[in-house]
Amino acid sequence: MTSATALWWAVVASGLYHGLNPGMGWPLAVSAALMERRQAGLWRALTALAAGHLLAMAAILFPFSALTLLAAWQWEIQLGAALLVIALGLYLLVNTRHPRFLARVRPTQLVLWSFLAATAHGAGLMLVPIYLGICRTVETDAGHAAAQSLMAGTAGIAALVALTHTAAQTVAGAALAYGVYRWLGLRFLSQAWFNLDRVWAISLVLVGVVSILVLV
Amino acid sequence: MTLRPDPTFHATPKLAMQAPPETLAFTLMLSPDGSQPDGLAVVDVDPGSKTYGQIVHQVIMPNTGDEFHHFGWNACSSSLSPLSGHAFLERRYLIIPGIRSSRIYIIDVKEPLKAKIHKIIEPEEVFAKTGYSRPHTIHCGPEGIYVSTLGGGGADGTDGPPGIFIMDCETFEILGRYEMDRGKQDKHYDFWWNLPRDYMVSSEWGLPPQFENGIVAEDLLSNKYGHSIHFWNLRQRKNVQTIDLGANHQMALEIRPAHDPAKDYGFCGVVVDTTNLQGAIFTWWQKDDGTFEAKKVITIDPQPADPADLPDLLKGFGAVPPLVTDIDLSLDDRFLYVACWGTGEMHQYDVSDPMNPTLAGKVEIGGIVKKTKHPNGKTFGYGPQMVEISRDGKRVYWTNSLYSTWDDQFYPGERGAAMVMANAGENGGLTLAEDFWVDFPKGYRSHQIRLEGGDCSTDSFCYPSV
Repeated sequence: MTSATALWWAVVASGLYHGLNPGMGWPLAVSAALMERRQAGLWRALTALAAGHLLAMAAILFPFSALTLLAAWQWEIQLGAALLVIALGLYLLVNTRHPRFLARVRPTQLVLWSFLAATAHGAGLMLVPIYLGICRTVETDAGHAAAQSLMAGTAGIAALVALTHTAAQTVAGAALAYGVYRWLGLRFLSQAWFNLDRVWAISLVLVGVVSILVLV
Repeated sequence: MTLRPDPTFHATPKLAMQAPPETLAFTLMLSPDGSQPDGLAVVDVDPGSKTYGQIVHQVIMPNTGDEFHHFGWNACSSSLSPLSGHAFLERRYLIIPGIRSSRIYIIDVKEPLKAKIHKIIEPEEVFAKTGYSRPHTIHCGPEGIYVSTLGGGGADGTDGPPGIFIMDCETFEILGRYEMDRGKQDKHYDFWWNLPRDYMVSSEWGLPPQFENGIVAEDLLSNKYGHSIHFWNLRQRKNVQTIDLGANHQMALEIRPAHDPAKDYGFCGVVVDTTNLQGAIFTWWQKDDGTFEAKKVITIDPQPADPADLPDLLKGFGAVPPLVTDIDLSLDDRFLYVACWGTGEMHQYDVSDPMNPTLAGKVEIGGIVKKTKHPNGKTFGYGPQMVEISRDGKRVYWTNSLYSTWDDQFYPGERGAAMVMANAGENGGLTLAEDFWVDFPKGYRSHQIRLEGGDCSTDSFCYPSV
């Protein structure tokens, strides 16, 4: 497996991981369908959650794609991104409190909630080192392209990374939400909800550390 | 930190009903004259146990004069909503406010038989951080622990309106006032909500000078106690509608929304109608346009009595009012229990059709005039008051004290604390359990009951029962 393939799988895997985590919202889709007494509510809520998640990814990835213009500073940018991810991971390890502003978001504002939840947990940031890694493999393949096409290329990759990740996240969340709605029942929710706070924080640190190791 | 959600958190009311039955109850004990410190009694309610019906542990507070009344948990089934991010809290602490002192105790009941004080919040801190006093109802919700208060600032609690404040659900630090726009609300009592529909409902008793030294007859007869219920946009913290139930409907107390959040109605108990001494239950509901409406669905008549049998307060009326002082709704939203503290009756209504309740069962015990004895032969002082239903809806527990100074007006003389239990039939019907009678230490009265693992007036659910 080439490093590019491995990195794309990492994008998909992180999406599945986010999707399966109840903290990223799939139980809200079950609740919506049950409240409305029809399945359409499930899909509508999942769409809103996906839109919010996608926005959160885009909001982090596109600024970094602009930074890839500074070709001379690639190494420093990648190191900076890795350190940022590690710092957030360490912060989440120490501070186990959940952001209280999330509780002020109304149940009807699922796009906003999903965006804020993903951002507050660094879901987008976790993708940055992976994304920059993918950009580097493309550059190496294509040689030194002109700045403009490079920019278009990396923006395209950013969009593709955000879409792939969100698609995986939504498929996983939708499968679980539908399964619980149709067959498993809500007892499954409290049985299958594991506290992933520590695991999540550690995975942020790991992503950062691995990308530094690749760099040096 | 826990790895899985607390096993006592349930996604739906139906799942909570299927959970194992309670084996312990927590009951508040108050010293009516403040001569002893108030306390929390841990009562064995496991019929298979040798100490069934006995107090197996007590937590006695270090202060006197708190007057314990209502209390609640630090966390409940509402934690299972991903919206608030509290899925891994433990249902571990009881939050007990002193309604007279404004002091708040946090009691750790992780090991119920070794329950102990975890933290004490002094009254000065409550006053300084909220401008409110006399904390009352506790509910755990999206932003932490919500506490309703009966008084505003100043010595007699009339400097500004009372309201709700929020406490952090992990550190128990007081975060500040809840309200951003209180509209017409100027009195307070109970509150509860529908979490997915994002609304809250609050009620009104009276201001501290109207209750602390006893009921003020002139205020009651001139309809000056609370008679409105308020509807709030929960997360916007805004009063969106106030419904006046009519000035004669004095003291709108307990708010009991349907537990299943898919249902958009609930109930409110009114202590007394000053035109005819009836007690009343209103059903309130949310209409399709999002606004609310309320309608009187149950009235309970006063019972004629010889003035010689009545306390001074009631002699002129020649009748004993039912005095609806507490109501509680079973988790399946099917039976509403109504305490008639004056006449000494516990009513059970089938509210499957919330607009047309029917009386399904009734128990007579205590009462101002009837003074009905318990089937075990013991005298039940006062009348049925704070009522709590087991999660499975099969057992109904209640105590007998209303509020120290009011007890003394309606039931002069010391009548003793009591806690009893009645069995509810599958399709209605209510029978007192002869073998359940809790003896309390001398000098105490008993107030609200909480059941291990949650009960019918604490847990808020985020998912509909299917």
